[in-house]
Amino acid sequence: MTIVKTTYGRRSFLKTSTLAGGGMVLGFSWLASCKPATAEEILSMPKEWFDINGFLKIGENGLVTIMSPNPEIGQNVKTSMPMIIAEELDIDWKNVLVEQAPLNTDIFTRQVAGGSQSIRQGWQGLRMAGATARKMLRQAAAEAWQVPLEEVTTEAGMLHHKNSGKSAGYGEMASAAANIPVPEEVELKDIKDFKIIGTSRKNVDGRKIVTGQPLFGLDYRRDGMLIAMIVHAPAFGMKLKSVDDSGARAMPGIKDVFTMNTYEEGYEMQWCDTAGFKEMVVVVGNSTWEVMNAKKSLKIEWESPADLESTAGHMTKMAEAGPSLAKVVRKDGDPEAAFKNAAQILERNYSAPFLAHNTMEPMNFFAHVTADKAELVGPIQTPESMEKSVAARLGLPLDKVDIQMTRQGGGFGRRLYGHFLVEAAVISRKMSAPVKLVYTREDDMTFGNYRPAYYVTYRAALDENKNLLAFHVRAGGIPESPIAANRFPAGAIDNYLAEEWAMESNISVGAFRAPRSNFIAGAEQAFLDELAETMGKDPIEFRLGLLERAKTNPVGDRNDYEAARYAGVLELVRDKSEWGKETPNVHRGVSAYFCHNSYVAQVMDLAIENGKPIVKKVHCAVDCGIVINPDAATNLAEGGIVDGIGHALYSAMTFKEGVPEQTNFDKYRLIRHSEAPKAIDVHFVKNEIDPTGLGEPLNPPIVGALANALYKATGTRFYEQPFLGSKQVLG
Amino acid sequence: MAIFNLNINGKKQQVDVDPATPMLWVLRDHLNLVGTKYGCGIAQCGACTINLGDIAMRSCQLPVSQVGNQAVTTIEGLSDDGDHPLQQAWLEHDVPQCGYCQAGQIMNAAALLKANPHPSDEEIEAAMNGNICRCGTYIRIKAAIKTASAG
Repeated sequence: MTIVKTTYGRRSFLKTSTLAGGGMVLGFSWLASCKPATAEEILSMPKEWFDINGFLKIGENGLVTIMSPNPEIGQNVKTSMPMIIAEELDIDWKNVLVEQAPLNTDIFTRQVAGGSQSIRQGWQGLRMAGATARKMLRQAAAEAWQVPLEEVTTEAGMLHHKNSGKSAGYGEMASAAANIPVPEEVELKDIKDFKIIGTSRKNVDGRKIVTGQPLFGLDYRRDGMLIAMIVHAPAFGMKLKSVDDSGARAMPGIKDVFTMNTYEEGYEMQWCDTAGFKEMVVVVGNSTWEVMNAKKSLKIEWESPADLESTAGHMTKMAEAGPSLAKVVRKDGDPEAAFKNAAQILERNYSAPFLAHNTMEPMNFFAHVTADKAELVGPIQTPESMEKSVAARLGLPLDKVDIQMTRQGGGFGRRLYGHFLVEAAVISRKMSAPVKLVYTREDDMTFGNYRPAYYVTYRAALDENKNLLAFHVRAGGIPESPIAANRFPAGAIDNYLAEEWAMESNISVGAFRAPRSNFIAGAEQAFLDELAETMGKDPIEFRLGLLERAKTNPVGDRNDYEAARYAGVLELVRDKSEWGKETPNVHRGVSAYFCHNSYVAQVMDLAIENGKPIVKKVHCAVDCGIVINPDAATNLAEGGIVDGIGHALYSAMTFKEGVPEQTNFDKYRLIRHSEAPKAIDVHFVKNEIDPTGLGEPLNPPIVGALANALYKATGTRFYEQPFLGSKQVLG
Repeated sequence: MAIFNLNINGKKQQVDVDPATPMLWVLRDHLNLVGTKYGCGIAQCGACTINLGDIAMRSCQLPVSQVGNQAVTTIEGLSDDGDHPLQQAWLEHDVPQCGYCQAGQIMNAAALLKANPHPSDEEIEAAMNGNICRCGTYIRIKAAIKTASAG
């Protein structure tokens, strides 16, 4: 048993937790009126709820509502975060209802979906919230029964006192517990006593999803709500010159057409305000179809500056710029001398294009702004930051801006940047009406904060016996470098040099699932594969050898990975995949990477059939510490793998004179059913380490495994993404 | 504008809309059936899939004027209580991640199973290739369809 002080967010445990807007937890969410998705075995809803703390409330009949604090973008935190609370509360999961918590940073810390940090950073706080409530219930029982607290135990929603034989359900003690002062310290369960964590529980929204109930931002509606759409410049860098809206205004159902600056002069931009277009034309009307049509009838002139950007020359530009712009970010030993004295140098370049996030639910948000307050509802990964942006833009106090989170049809980083909330708010104020801003797919794809374009050069110096003398990485991109200079193989090689560079662009970029790692991992792991081959070594044994060095005698003291855990996933995937076993017409590639605090190793089994790459199986080993919800975690791992394969093989966002050349899924290639791996085996390392990230660490390494398997299948190394590009067939 | 009498999920529904309005927006904006999703508007992603009779249709490209009195089934009307074999199988395999595309996936699979009650892996892939899942739940979708088709 671990005893922890309830040190965090003490305000969160005030009995009647006041929420944004002054309401109580009960009935706050617009989704709360929907039929409960779980707890179907409970026949009736409680007559009364008792707030134990901001994270949960208990009904007089023992039903528990747990608030899920973080935005749900498909990573399944709406199920897994409440599981952690339920574990420490010691309640039967079937008696739990889950609600999306409102944005309230007095109660909930870090209400963000980003960096694969929800579970990792939520872990202690969620455990404490459950444990605190459990202790208060035990205290209530101890007082009611006049017995010592230490003798009151719990089991699955029941309180027991063995000596007197007394028992009560949580519901019976909830009222009294709600009036008990918050304990100074609470006991956390031993990991071996977990009953919910580590067992697979179904998605709490599953039934609503498969029956088409309203869940997403785009599904939200309000009486009197208008639909708004935007038109932005057709090219990054263009400015608005003139608008002829006479045709649009005359069309049925159209209420207004106007131009808007999302951020007025003097507005202080936060990082999450990143937006490729800040001036736009807005069309507002009664229904989506009417507004879509009116949009098409607008006659708009745009001014072109001289520096409109085309991606056609990007790779050449980056290849030429790298050496002249590079700055050293890490240097161990004397790499220059090692390269000078080398018997052989292996040098390879890798590149990847811009990518669009393409969440299946396009950007959208509901806003209702009145003279003294703003109410917003919709899909956003950074509600807390955007609350500040909306308040600043509207000139309202922070507590007069209320943001409610809906389930989100994907995030992948795109919804970290909430310019569409500000746009919706400005439009609603102008219209003096509730408004839902809706992006078409074309708006969404052409108004991206894209994954940057990257370029990296790897060099390795070998002596005449093929021993590795030095390693050099020089990585850059438009407009950022993907380098992580203190990750493997830094720390494993005596002479090591890492350099970075970056080039400007007026094309707007942002975080894309596993930022930077989503490129550099694949490039590095492909280079290590080619290096191992050059050295005549097995690619897994080669990596394990380097990791052994990093473990026993690391070079430098800034290495930000644990070599033993890194080696652990490689060994696990080696064993599970039966590495070394030959199967006719199946070609294998291996890869491993560390990011978002988690370790992943993968082996891909690839075949070429009718000239097309067919992934027969992916073997995957993951060390992300304690796994909360194994089957859901496996699902997320599968998704990351499919995502990584798809983008590396097929996807690219290109621009000509600033104009996006892909505007919808007819030209932008996403991976489809027949192209997905036929099977994925995910193996989690079992340990008692606090949980770490899972939403992002799976897709970076698979790009390397894919490149290495493609080489085995075709005899050709693949350096430029997308690997298939315009090629229709391989081999 | 024109009046259309529609047969949706076994219920008569009347709407007064522009005849060119796609069924997607008739369902979402005028009938408040928002289970059918907007994804691309050009029949490339499958999120808006409904059944017209027993056939899977992309409702974003289906003008209301072409529907007539044909039976329209949306995800809300696929079963009375979420107990269609596909819905059950989807829950059993815990398919969804974000969940946004899943209604379209299920409606497309429902038409597939009507036409071909026991499809092979290849037939499933071919029939489902027009439905994008950005989260990458393809393996589970296939497994769920196989479970439903085995029942």
